[in-house]
Amino acid sequence: MRIVIIDDSGLRASVLEDGLRDAGYDDIHIVPPRGAFVARLERMAPDVVLMDLGSPSRDTLEEMLMVSRALAKPIAMFVDQSDDAMIGAAIDAGISAYVVDGLRKERVKPVLELAVRRFNAFARMQAERDDARAALTERKVIDRAKSILMNQRSMSEQDAYTLLRSTAMNQGKKIVDVAQALITASDLLGGGA
Amino acid sequence: MTTTVKISFLPLTDSAALVAAREQGFAQEEGIDLDLVRSTSWATLRDRMIYGQVHAAQMLAPLAVAVTLGLSQQPAPLAAPYKLNVNGNMLVMASDFAKALDPDVAARLADPLGTAHDFAAAIGLWRRKPVIGVVHRFSSHSLMLRYWLASAGVDPDKDVVLRVLPPSLTVEAMQAGEIDGFIAGEPWGSAAVEAGLAEAAAIGERIWQRGVEKVLAFREAWMEENPETVDRLLRALARSAAWCDDPASHDRLSELLSDPRYIDQPAHLIRRALAGQIMARPHEPALASPDFILFGREATPFPWRSQALWIYSQLVRWGMVDHDPATATRAAAVFRPDIFRRALTGRDVAMPGASMKVEGAVQLPLAVGSRRGDLTLGPDRFFDGRIFDPERIEAYLAEFSQTR
Repeated sequence: MRIVIIDDSGLRASVLEDGLRDAGYDDIHIVPPRGAFVARLERMAPDVVLMDLGSPSRDTLEEMLMVSRALAKPIAMFVDQSDDAMIGAAIDAGISAYVVDGLRKERVKPVLELAVRRFNAFARMQAERDDARAALTERKVIDRAKSILMNQRSMSEQDAYTLLRSTAMNQGKKIVDVAQALITASDLLGGGA
Repeated sequence: MTTTVKISFLPLTDSAALVAAREQGFAQEEGIDLDLVRSTSWATLRDRMIYGQVHAAQMLAPLAVAVTLGLSQQPAPLAAPYKLNVNGNMLVMASDFAKALDPDVAARLADPLGTAHDFAAAIGLWRRKPVIGVVHRFSSHSLMLRYWLASAGVDPDKDVVLRVLPPSLTVEAMQAGEIDGFIAGEPWGSAAVEAGLAEAAAIGERIWQRGVEKVLAFREAWMEENPETVDRLLRALARSAAWCDDPASHDRLSELLSDPRYIDQPAHLIRRALAGQIMARPHEPALASPDFILFGREATPFPWRSQALWIYSQLVRWGMVDHDPATATRAAAVFRPDIFRRALTGRDVAMPGASMKVEGAVQLPLAVGSRRGDLTLGPDRFFDGRIFDPERIEAYLAEFSQTR
């Protein structure tokens, strides 16, 4: 079974490809949706095409699936409409799958299930990475505010942090917001850190 | 009690009545918390609706018909009780290509028939078969472009390449040289002109003076099961549409639409279509096109069944569906004037007495029978003067030399 993944984000496509390979599928191709991707796809004659439900290239792809004479069999999204739960899971995970007509449901289902798991795992990974990034940025801001206090008020690091935290609590704000305000004020007054 | 209604839309000026209903409080006043979900492609918007991620969608009228007839992926019965706008498209072509058209852009746009013939001649002069972007096979833009090109003997399937791409990617594709022009809703044509990439070749309003454009579409079953919510939503939209038409609102409306959550383009570009002041070529004064886009006046939102049938006639013409009376009946039934009447009778909304009319027959503003007695229909001519009688589809189709 030839599976083509149309994806712009290299990372998500690799996460999906790795999963499919681990499950024993070996005829997998990744095509970014740019330039003449439709012509490339026609030459590959895939059995299953997986892509992000929200991808802006889906209209272009569907038009090609409709008019292509190169594709021997029609390809449609979720050929088998009987499995509502499966389709629901795919839509919620943000996957659109175009499947060659005639491919048996039992053969497509494991591919879709795997894609759903991998898409969800990727979304979680991304959320965690975003959280980690935000935490790192916050820590840098707080560190800078602490060093301003340490330099200008000759405080220890622990006292500087305690001052920031108690100010935040008194004002009902987040520490990072108080720290940011301090940095801004210090910059305005030409204090520097 | 407040009901949340999720509606998917594409970044287009056509979404004005939805955005204003949310931002100006018209929805809230009807007890509706409007959750607007932006999509980039029509395929995504379609799937979000038919698989139930949203309750309704701002849809291309021909796509609503096509999905119902099973022509666009998963078949699903859709219902359109409300039109979000009439007109609003522009065909823009690369400035080099446009050199073969009338250099006086005002004259060019005022004479679509002459321009179609100039366009036919320009095709032979161009370095390749011109690639024209259309937003979808089942879009009013694509049907209008086909109608216009064919009037000059151009075969839209052979003499040009129609490349499908979503509206917000058109300007980028022009820049990359992937397309030589495109027809899309605003502000994308104006954005291409502003970027110095293109100039206007035709305006939708001059091809069909009152061309059906976006509709508010529901899954039919959901619409039938939630009559009260649907009625409140339609009432909110009708008030919003009246506000959107009012010139006094255009500054505020352009600002609202320019927000990154909606169109994410500069307000001054969006304002051009709203105010009917179209810049057809870079650095030239704007041309007045007062009917460039309509939201509420002249009973714009009323879903005339004859308009669904005109769409059907064009799908038949281009071989996208086989003609038979049962299919025509299903196509016409996608437009739901009965729901419109139920929701809006007795409100401050013009209410036509009939559900069908002959399309293309009104030459001058015409006062017509209305349950409120003050409905004036604007001129709705097709540029070639043809008239569409929904009772005589076969005879209408037989008039065209180009069919499939």
